[in-house]
Amino acid sequence: MKFGVVRFPGSCDEVDALRACERFGDAELLWHHDRDLHQVDAVIVPGGFSYGDYLRAGAIARFSPVMESVAEFAQGGGPVLGICNGFQVLCEAGLLPGALLPNKTLRFVFRQVELAVENPDTPFTRACARGDRLSIPAKHTTGRYYAPDEMLDELEANGQVVLRYAPGQNFNGALRDIAGVTNEAANVMGLMPHPEHAVDPLTGSTDGGRIFESLATAAVAA
Amino acid sequence: MTRARVLIRPKEGILDPQGQTVERALPALGFSGVSHVHVGRLVELDVEDPSQVDAMCEKLLANPLIEDYEVTLLDGR
Repeated sequence: MKFGVVRFPGSCDEVDALRACERFGDAELLWHHDRDLHQVDAVIVPGGFSYGDYLRAGAIARFSPVMESVAEFAQGGGPVLGICNGFQVLCEAGLLPGALLPNKTLRFVFRQVELAVENPDTPFTRACARGDRLSIPAKHTTGRYYAPDEMLDELEANGQVVLRYAPGQNFNGALRDIAGVTNEAANVMGLMPHPEHAVDPLTGSTDGGRIFESLATAAVAA
Repeated sequence: MTRARVLIRPKEGILDPQGQTVERALPALGFSGVSHVHVGRLVELDVEDPSQVDAMCEKLLANPLIEDYEVTLLDGR
């Protein structure tokens, strides 16, 4: 099992993501100018401020050479996980439904949040059970998930709403408390909170590890 | 070259905290009777082929899921 972690200019969580992946398999960084994905089994698009987040968060990064390969990889069924800015990039790229808007408070918020697992039948959550709570830090200014009502109904009906903020935890104003969604085929997921910052007992919760563990076991099963 | 001005605004119905904040700030400064404040973005560009501006908006300048845009072509220069 080999993870690839994309590094854009302006990424800042790629090393933590790499370390998190290394707990469950091999991992290497993928440079934004490199179209070659080095035969990885899963791609992580990490958090940060890719290309300065100019215009809109993720709007420029989606046109980088590596993202062309990531899109092909995803279309071929390869698992792709976008975290925070990575989630924004995947939405801008059209690989995930919806968009992320500025937090309702317009403030940067950094706090530990409780997430409820809504759908354990995905490559990203198979190490969890339905209703499990994951304690994971979130830190962002632009994390208010938005999609038109009819799209939200469709996402819910298809089981694409994989992670929700637990009651009282939705600080950014995300519609229907959505913290993480997948595409229709469930091989691409984005979430705003940072599982890669919750893998070591030294920093508190290790719940984030279950996302990476899920990916590793999914790759073995596939 | 043609000067194009692209006005990008949040789609109606989407919570616009920036607009709300400005709307709340104005009465505090003594301006009354202000409502429906929305904050958007202005992009100005010189283009050789003005027919491409719509495509630029769809692909990059705006996110059509959350934003409406309006293109105005100004005098050539």
